[in-house]
Amino acid sequence: MGEFFTIFILTLDATLRVATPLVLAALAGMFSERSGVIDIGLEGKMLGAAFSAAATAAVTGSPWLGLMAGIVTSMCLSMVHAFACVTHHGNQVVSGMALNIAVAGLGPTLGLAWFHQGGQTPMLGHSSRFTAIDWPFAKALADVPLIGHIYSEIFSGHNIIVYFAMVAVPVAAYVLYRTRFGLRLRAVGESPEAVDTAGISVAGMRYRALLITGFLCGVAGTYLSTAHSAGFIRDMTAGKGYLALAALIFGKWKPVPTMLACLLFAFADAVQIRLQGVELPVIGTIPVQFIQALPYVLTVLLLAGFVGKAIAPKAIGEPYIKER
Amino acid sequence: MKRTILAAVAATAIATTASAADFKPAVVFDMGGKFDKSFNEAAYNGAEKFKKDTGIAYREFEVTNVSQREQALRNMARRGAGIVVAMGFAQAAAVEKVAKEYPDVKFTLIDMVVDLPNVQSVVFKEHEGSFLVGMAAAMASKTGKVGFVGGMDIPLIRKFALGYVEGAKYVNGNVEVFQNMTGTTPAAWNDPTKGGELARSQFDRGADVVYAAAGGTGIGVYQAAKDSGKLAIGVDSNQNYLHPGTMLTSMIKRVDVAVYDAFKSAKDGTWKGGIKVLGLAEEGVGYSIDEHNRSLISADMEAKLEKARSEIIAGKIKVTDYMMK
Repeated sequence: MGEFFTIFILTLDATLRVATPLVLAALAGMFSERSGVIDIGLEGKMLGAAFSAAATAAVTGSPWLGLMAGIVTSMCLSMVHAFACVTHHGNQVVSGMALNIAVAGLGPTLGLAWFHQGGQTPMLGHSSRFTAIDWPFAKALADVPLIGHIYSEIFSGHNIIVYFAMVAVPVAAYVLYRTRFGLRLRAVGESPEAVDTAGISVAGMRYRALLITGFLCGVAGTYLSTAHSAGFIRDMTAGKGYLALAALIFGKWKPVPTMLACLLFAFADAVQIRLQGVELPVIGTIPVQFIQALPYVLTVLLLAGFVGKAIAPKAIGEPYIKER
Repeated sequence: MKRTILAAVAATAIATTASAADFKPAVVFDMGGKFDKSFNEAAYNGAEKFKKDTGIAYREFEVTNVSQREQALRNMARRGAGIVVAMGFAQAAAVEKVAKEYPDVKFTLIDMVVDLPNVQSVVFKEHEGSFLVGMAAAMASKTGKVGFVGGMDIPLIRKFALGYVEGAKYVNGNVEVFQNMTGTTPAAWNDPTKGGELARSQFDRGADVVYAAAGGTGIGVYQAAKDSGKLAIGVDSNQNYLHPGTMLTSMIKRVDVAVYDAFKSAKDGTWKGGIKVLGLAEEGVGYSIDEHNRSLISADMEAKLEKARSEIIAGKIKVTDYMMK
């Protein structure tokens, strides 16, 4: 029983590590989509941020400068998306996809030109990464049953971006539901005409929403290359942007349910890693292939069976053209 | 035209200056990439050494997509490569097909056997090298639990795993070995994040030494070991330098030498088709000790490893080959 509990706690610990980029990217997507702009380009923005964060950290040795570079890159990409979709009424899916493809090629190409390591960035040393922060007394309390375990494994010992993601959810919820900006943002996604009639610039709101999207994606990408691993590798986002988008729909475009969806995906992934090669009572060892399909099977089952109808913001995907 | 000249030269085994200028070796790397710090990088180092020694440039291609293997090999053959080295078991099917289409072109396939007159297959006795690092792991472990992280779940990687387990059990019959595979697709060779998570899960279960045979995925495993203050064992290339102090040793597989020899023998005209098996006796596999891990391997451990090495060569210790099982 004691051992089972330990494994459970450690799985939750891994869940937090895996969920962090998903939560940040899904929140990023929420701001964009709530303002009426589909953002399929989360993947590309994260990848771009991951590359420039790793490249900057490798050259300067500072993870903070890496974070800045990641955020700036991601925001720039977001602005390209905004320029194409908001200013020029372009197709939002096409623009997002174009960003994904462009970044997937551009990152390794620049990496090859700068570092000559086959499109990767050099491996980052300890001081140029975001490393685990141990909370006070975590080591001392680790042996205290239950509470000590939970405190030292789940709360303590993560890097700063994990904590940032934890804080980002309530902050995003507050901004969305309790501020004037949030009200206008939601209105722009539901009924841009009404917002326009009230004398607020629809384009201006959407640009601002996409800036926030860029910021959050930048942090998510930086996490991938400078906190969770140590350096940029080709296609390292591995579909996390799309998974975040799925979590967003799963969570009905609301911050807390979206976060829960991300945690669920991450939990399935963490369980998947830990179940491999473990002898289970009765069943015995489950084949690797089956275990690895688990998160996807779970997703399909949950999406098909347990979630009610997800209703998207009404004006999503439609460029707003002012009547003259 | 060039090809006929080359074929004629090869047939008569006369290396003239003209043929040296015409000789174009080529290497096709597999998924994981040229700079995976492991298997493919070893081949790159071998090819680079050949270039430095002889001044002959080589052509190269990095496969990033399964369908590119055949195209890449065919391209090299059509452009008149003197020899094409194909890296990795996964290229076997492509090599077999292209080698039949170009019977005059020499192919060297690393890690897998294709039975054609113009194909040289180089395979390694990874189980022997893995046996030794398994011993090192069990000797260095304080918890009596060690881990293994494989790349793609294929017989070749199971071969590494089995040798490792046998080596660990040889030292300590009660040792517990955790085994994980990263995935079932070629993407598993280049997923350091997943590798790191797998390593962490093994550390959580009590392992304190982990051996990665997973190409680029291993980078994440070694990083996780460093972050958690545990030991890791590298693979294929000597990876001790990656994290001095937490890299216990590396199971080296002299892919670099194999590639170099293939290029060299093709140039000299001594290249022959068939199967080459490289084990401990041929120094095709082994473990590494250098300034980065000197302090981790005690004299006593080294003596035991050396003893086991000579006993394996002499046939006193039998290491099971997963492929022959």
